[in-house]
Amino acid sequence: MENERPRGRILVQLLPSLTSLARRGLAGWAILIGLVIVVAIAVMTVTSPWISPYNPIAINVGPLLSPPSFAYPLGTNHLGQDMLSRVYSGGVVMFEVAILSVIVCLVVGVPIGLFAPYTGGNIDKGTSLVMDSIYAFPGLVLAIAIAAMLGPGVVNMALSIAVVYVPSYFRIIRSQVLTIKELPYVEAAHIMGAKSRNTLFSYILPNVIPSIVAVATINFADAILTSAGLTFVGLGLPVSTPDWGWDLTYGRRLLTSGAWWVIAFPGLMVVLLALGFTLMGEGLSELFNPRLQK
Amino acid sequence: MTLRSYVITRILLTIPMIILLLTFVFLIVRILPGDPASLHFEKQVNPQLLQEFKHQLGMDKPIPVQFVDYLLGLLRGDFGKSMQDFSPVSQQIFSAFPATLELAIWATMWMVSIGIVLGVQASRHYNSAQDHSVRVFGIASYAIPVFFLGEVMIMIFAIYLHWFPSGDRIYPGMTPTGLAIGDFHFATGLFVIDSILEGNVQKLVMSVRYLLLPSLTLGLVLCGIFIRLTRGNMLETSQLDFVTAARARGLKERTVVYGYALRNAFLPILTMMGLQFAALLAGAVLTETTFSWPGLGRFLVDRISFRDYTAIQGVVVFFGILVAVVSLAVDILYAYLDPRIRF
Repeated sequence: MENERPRGRILVQLLPSLTSLARRGLAGWAILIGLVIVVAIAVMTVTSPWISPYNPIAINVGPLLSPPSFAYPLGTNHLGQDMLSRVYSGGVVMFEVAILSVIVCLVVGVPIGLFAPYTGGNIDKGTSLVMDSIYAFPGLVLAIAIAAMLGPGVVNMALSIAVVYVPSYFRIIRSQVLTIKELPYVEAAHIMGAKSRNTLFSYILPNVIPSIVAVATINFADAILTSAGLTFVGLGLPVSTPDWGWDLTYGRRLLTSGAWWVIAFPGLMVVLLALGFTLMGEGLSELFNPRLQK
Repeated sequence: MTLRSYVITRILLTIPMIILLLTFVFLIVRILPGDPASLHFEKQVNPQLLQEFKHQLGMDKPIPVQFVDYLLGLLRGDFGKSMQDFSPVSQQIFSAFPATLELAIWATMWMVSIGIVLGVQASRHYNSAQDHSVRVFGIASYAIPVFFLGEVMIMIFAIYLHWFPSGDRIYPGMTPTGLAIGDFHFATGLFVIDSILEGNVQKLVMSVRYLLLPSLTLGLVLCGIFIRLTRGNMLETSQLDFVTAARARGLKERTVVYGYALRNAFLPILTMMGLQFAALLAGAVLTETTFSWPGLGRFLVDRISFRDYTAIQGVVVFFGILVAVVSLAVDILYAYLDPRIRF
């Protein structure tokens, strides 16, 4: 009777026993592989001060633009910085921006997504119109406009990304609340005199959580790519912070010199990290909404 | 509801959406910390000059008046004045737009054709190694930053192999002139079409060579969703009676797949093309920057480094209107093509 359990409980079951994931077929494997990638990169980033052979922002620690060698396994860039050390520590900004933007999205998007459709009427229509307008807009372009006005910085990057992704949360949550609020158990809670706030947060929210987790994971991947994009158009952090996005941005000017190692390794790290989150997100949404996927 | 009343309702619904967007962008530029004029100078300017500067841009008026001016200006196709030299932003937008349009058209062709071919292949070999590798490729394509792929393309095909140029739109001085008969001139700004109109094969080959890498890069990054869509649709359709009937009549497998089964996937693919248009424009901003492609995206990025906030606002607004109009067009086309759809 696996399928009759409330969907909210699947999540709780998954967390303690990761091995059971593999038994859930391709979706389980996708989550597991994604999780391993993300955790590995997170551990690497956190421990980078201890494992880096050189200071990632110290210049002239080696020859300029040296290809990978024994002394510098991933080569050096045009400032003579060690690429291996930069790869180890370059994820800090992306993790910070992504985590912060997901938190902002959750804090803003979830209550609106619960409240608007539950209230219904003009509030729901108005909110949907605003959210749909933002949703339809090219995300990166909007994020560029906001980030350009706010100026560089981790918090500002996170805020500009969050504005773009709040509508994704709103849409997913809204569609589910519209269905759930008509279910008999919610009606029963009403009749028994439960307050709206209690109904929303104690009865409806738990059943929406799996979808929120899936959206948040995809949001992580998007936030990482968008923060790299913002850095690429010149709205990132100053040179003094090691950042894969910065290496990719500056590496473009070094392409003609044939220095492939300056872009290849940071680029692969961004791809891996985004891939890890995408795999997790794909797997989670397949587990939670099996009918949507084929 | 008839098709005509659907079209009218849909157009009427687009108007508040566009106005909301315009308001949103206006608020971002005017209300977020400080005023854009002082930000432009990084606060190092004497107050009198700043006042003069604001007056030139009409930024000394009260915010509500500025808002009305801005909306009325947009109705006349006026996207504001640049902070750099007070020139109208619309001029630069309209001269850079054809480059972006040409890139977008080619990228769309790549993204749809790669998506369909791989999607069909995967569905025909359902659950095989081929199917799995196509699906992995589809997911991986979401995770690749478009500018990283572009850099890799430049590295391989331009720097090492010298097959294609590494950037720009055409060799300097080789801009195709379009159709010219006597005093009559007609040019689209799309170099491939213009060089055909001019009848210049050398320029045609050159335009295509410059276009190929950037458009392929953008197409590859966005093809994932089309792979998934085609694959899912084909898996569903291939079970239907009319496909079995076509096969039973002894038609070639290729005809059955591409001539019969794929036709059913046509409408979802069209819808997805409309939905992906915003992603296409966002991707174009980064692709243009990577390949020094002189379009709107690169114009936007250039303006960022000059702190030219009015120009940034102009480009963002232009993108917004473009997306709204395209999604409107796709919806209407969809309703027209599919008689089952009536809202």
